[in-house]
Amino acid sequence: MIQIEEALESCVCPEPGAAMALVRDRNDIDSIGIDLLLEGIRRRWGYDFTHYSYASMRRRLEHARRDAGFKRFTELLDRLLYDGAFFDRFLKHMSVPVTEMFRDPAFYRVVREKVVPVLKTFPFVKIWHAGCATGEEVYSLAIILYEADFLSRARIYATDFNKHALDTAEKGVYPTGNMVQFAENYRASGGTGALSDYYSSAYDLAKIKEPLKERVTFSYHNLATDGVFGEMNLIFCRNVMIYFDQTLQDRVLSLFTASLRHGGCLCLGTKETLNFSKVKEEYESVDTRQKVYRRTGGSLV
Amino acid sequence: MFECVAIGASAGGLHALRTVLSGLPPAFPVPIVIVQHVEPKGDCYLSEILDRATAIAVKEAEDKEPMHSQTAYVAPAGYHLLIERDGTLSLSLDEKVNFCRPAIDPLFESAADAFGPGLIGIVLTGANADGAKGLMRIKEQGGYAIVQNPRSAESPCMPQAAIDAVRVDRVLDLEHVSSFLARLVKGFGHETGADG
Repeated sequence: MIQIEEALESCVCPEPGAAMALVRDRNDIDSIGIDLLLEGIRRRWGYDFTHYSYASMRRRLEHARRDAGFKRFTELLDRLLYDGAFFDRFLKHMSVPVTEMFRDPAFYRVVREKVVPVLKTFPFVKIWHAGCATGEEVYSLAIILYEADFLSRARIYATDFNKHALDTAEKGVYPTGNMVQFAENYRASGGTGALSDYYSSAYDLAKIKEPLKERVTFSYHNLATDGVFGEMNLIFCRNVMIYFDQTLQDRVLSLFTASLRHGGCLCLGTKETLNFSKVKEEYESVDTRQKVYRRTGGSLV
Repeated sequence: MFECVAIGASAGGLHALRTVLSGLPPAFPVPIVIVQHVEPKGDCYLSEILDRATAIAVKEAEDKEPMHSQTAYVAPAGYHLLIERDGTLSLSLDEKVNFCRPAIDPLFESAADAFGPGLIGIVLTGANADGAKGLMRIKEQGGYAIVQNPRSAESPCMPQAAIDAVRVDRVLDLEHVSSFLARLVKGFGHETGADG
């Protein structure tokens, strides 16, 4: 079902400070084309983008349409339905991983100082890194756990729906040129060693060392369609949900809540928030600025 | 009737935004969304600075936040700010546009798609051409386009680029923008014949 919102006549809320509760669907023709296209992809290929945040989805689809030389979204849909190889290339447009090692160093400092101590109260922990993209942040967390002498007591499940990105993540090989920025982030996050201790360089490539990879399992998982991921002590999902609409955000957050043990932590991107979600009441804030939450409620048995 | 005002500013923007926002009445009846080009890293106190200078509330935009009247929402450093079809705000880390993130075009284009004739777009001072494409989309979707008079701008490039690209409705000196806006949203001075 394509969700077609009730079309309301445009109206201004006259009440002071009142929320602009405009549920409007202007139904311009491109917007209809985009709805049909997303529905077609879902039914033909099983990838459900229908609850992605519309505004950035539209921009990406406009790029894809222009690159393919089409004027209309319906022409793009036609090609996507009948040409599997074209769809594979298109899929890369749909998830543009922007990531770095120790991205947002202040966040990783909070992980060191506030999250790791919680983890250390358990003999063994399970961690789900949802939407891990090309893996830079997975290895960042592994480094922090290693430095806390806790990596051997952790298992990290790193998932993504982009198979190309997962391949890169599993290989753990990155351009050496990126390492300068990553090393700067590492130090700003409170790292006291040298980032270069954690990778080996050959030519212009840096390969993450094996001991960091041993505790990580990479697998395919689509947050829009797949289910719960067992009894986690910590869930990382950073800068993934900003691409989802509120409905899909609520779905994913329920999934996380069902996957997270009581007292477990949930880490979001620094500009993501539980404030507008349905699960808000089930969490307390560990660090307001860095968006680290802890699941409350239930017995501690 | 207008439902939203979108403002883009770059070099010289702090002064320009302060001038425009502080001139608005406290009961300004529609929400305002703002992209000011800023450095991607580090804390950005833009919204705090503007909030202290103005009668309406100014805050940093949060993802999936519903918009309120009498409030201005500023794009956070390092993120694009976009408007969803239901009028909520969303943030994105998609690639830079016109070498900027936040950039003005994504805000203007998404707001134009969401609000159509209900949107007022304003391009203020700046040293590049961001915002021109977005303002074009605002006009295509039936909205209202205002550009700061390049001669009154600290950096004239950006308003000039917008004027060159778009048939704008008004070119205004900086000090006249807020009073004109206040009249426009009340329904006076709206000359484009857009249905509201």
